Amino acid sequence: MIISKKGVSFRWLRPFNTLNIGLILVVILVGLALLAPLLSPFDPNIQNIQERLLAPDSQHWFGTDRFGRDLFSRVLYGARPTLILVSLVILLTVPIGLAIGIFAGYFGGWVERILMRLTDIVMSLPSLVIALALVSILGPGLMNGALALAFTSWPSFARQARTETLAIRNSDYLSAAKMQGITGFRLIFGHILPLILPSAIVRAALNLGGIILAAAGLGFLGMGIQPPAAEWGSMVASGSRVIFDQWWVAAVPGVAILLASLAFNLLGDGLRDKMDPRHDK
Amino acid sequence: MNDQHKSVGAMRRLWIGRSRNLISGLISLALTLFGLLIFTFVLSRAAPIDPALQLVGDHASEATYQQARHELGLDESLPMQFAHYLGRLSHGDLGVSQLSQQPVASDLLRTFPATIELATCAMFFGAFFGILLATLAVYKPGSWLDHLARFISLLGYSVPVFWLGLLGLLLFYATLHWSAGPGRLDDIYTYTMTQNSGFVLIDAFRSGDMAIVKNAIAHLWLPVSVLALLSMASITRLLRAVMLEESNKEYVVLAQAKGASRLRILLVHVFPNVLGTLITILALSYTSLLEGAVLTETVFAWPGLGRYLTSALFASDTAAVLGSTLLIGTCFVLLNALADTLTKWVDPRTR
Repeated sequence: MIISKKGVSFRWLRPFNTLNIGLILVVILVGLALLAPLLSPFDPNIQNIQERLLAPDSQHWFGTDRFGRDLFSRVLYGARPTLILVSLVILLTVPIGLAIGIFAGYFGGWVERILMRLTDIVMSLPSLVIALALVSILGPGLMNGALALAFTSWPSFARQARTETLAIRNSDYLSAAKMQGITGFRLIFGHILPLILPSAIVRAALNLGGIILAAAGLGFLGMGIQPPAAEWGSMVASGSRVIFDQWWVAAVPGVAILLASLAFNLLGDGLRDKMDPRHDK
Repeated sequence: MNDQHKSVGAMRRLWIGRSRNLISGLISLALTLFGLLIFTFVLSRAAPIDPALQLVGDHASEATYQQARHELGLDESLPMQFAHYLGRLSHGDLGVSQLSQQPVASDLLRTFPATIELATCAMFFGAFFGILLATLAVYKPGSWLDHLARFISLLGYSVPVFWLGLLGLLLFYATLHWSAGPGRLDDIYTYTMTQNSGFVLIDAFRSGDMAIVKNAIAHLWLPVSVLALLSMASITRLLRAVMLEESNKEYVVLAQAKGASRLRILLVHVFPNVLGTLITILALSYTSLLEGAVLTETVFAWPGLGRYLTSALFASDTAAVLGSTLLIGTCFVLLNALADTLTKWVDPRTR
């Protein structure tokens, strides 16, 4: 849609595609998380009972919670655990998923059958419920939350990596590498992995939005990062007690979750459209 | 004669193929369920709470403690313990909940219908509007309806469901009074109505009292809408992508060249080809509704499986947590298997 029927040009809208909007939002999100100590006007954990549950005003931009803590500062700081947790999940799942997928696709036979059976089993399990069960045994917290979410989020990487490895297993490019005497792990890491990595990154971006929501869900149920540390999900949970009178306490961190998840979904969609023009447009 | 012979051979091959499919499907179903059971078993063993100590208390003598361990089978090897675990499960014994002091199995039976009711109603509306929106979007790609469909599905993918539920309560219950708020019924009806099916709508209709039916719907519609929005978003997004890809194929161009209308192409030519995928999408969306119910029920104080699970989490009630996990997991596995079978049934290409 560059020129509309009436001849009005929408060319200026072109830079505002999903990829760019997503990228800008992600950069803003990471920037706010990094600069939280500089940008927040108050200490996020300082309680001031006299100023509890204040409505948003010029001093407290988003109001205060039931301990009188400044919500704007807490929302800024709340970006940190969320981003750390989802980065941990990605750092855990991408290598595991890629390794399983590449090994399955490269070796074939019974290795493939066992690995893919395992992948299918984990894939058909309910990820949030499994994560909750795991956290209930391991105990709540940042690292355990990441482990629990990682436990069920690697299969999509494994499946994609296997499909792509199968596609290039018999390619001339790989035969050429083999003819030069490259075998084993060097072939896998030097010649197969680089071809599969880009689409794994796109998948990671696509999955990140969902992982942010799952992490917030864990926090909402009190199974994520523990108070008093600022975390968006648990902030919504504590705001839900006063939702009918001081709605902003729960509403503001929820908007932050929505925007963070939206940012990664836009980025993932945009990247996928770029990589695979056939898929969408 | 020769023809007949040939077709008998084809039939036989078809049946062998089908039964082989069926057997491999059953094996993979059994393996997946076995994997789930191993998961819950390992978690139950890894739990920091010692069940024997829990039973006899801190002050029991060593002999009593060992006796309890022996009675619980904790002094046996892990494979034996797993065998006993399977044996207990086959009798429907999931242990006793610390929180309710009831067998977990009967707790699950009591709470599960409420979740099924919520998820099924949400599925119905989500599927209806999702299929409608996806079809409208593909009817004219790039139109404002298409952009609206993409926008709604993107929002639905990104919104935290518990937050949406809270805002819904704030707007429709506290401000506009359109919803009757949390719970399944107002208190006055909860104890006067005979509840035997576990489904509040069915019980309300059975009671014959329209006031109860109205009240039940007033409670039901808001959580159902919240969940339906989520499933609508995922159905729209997935179905739109599949239909768009399908409508770029050559047979569509041919139908277009022959003068078929866009609506006819979509409904008569494209739709049968995406039906198999649609079934998978719907099954996937139903499973995510069961999971979404965990968070939604907490917000709406809906007495279903999800709220049972979360209150068990808060109380560190391991038996109840693992029982709920096992039930939801089994539903996931069965729904996936059902979707695979249905897809093969409606779509000859996947056989």
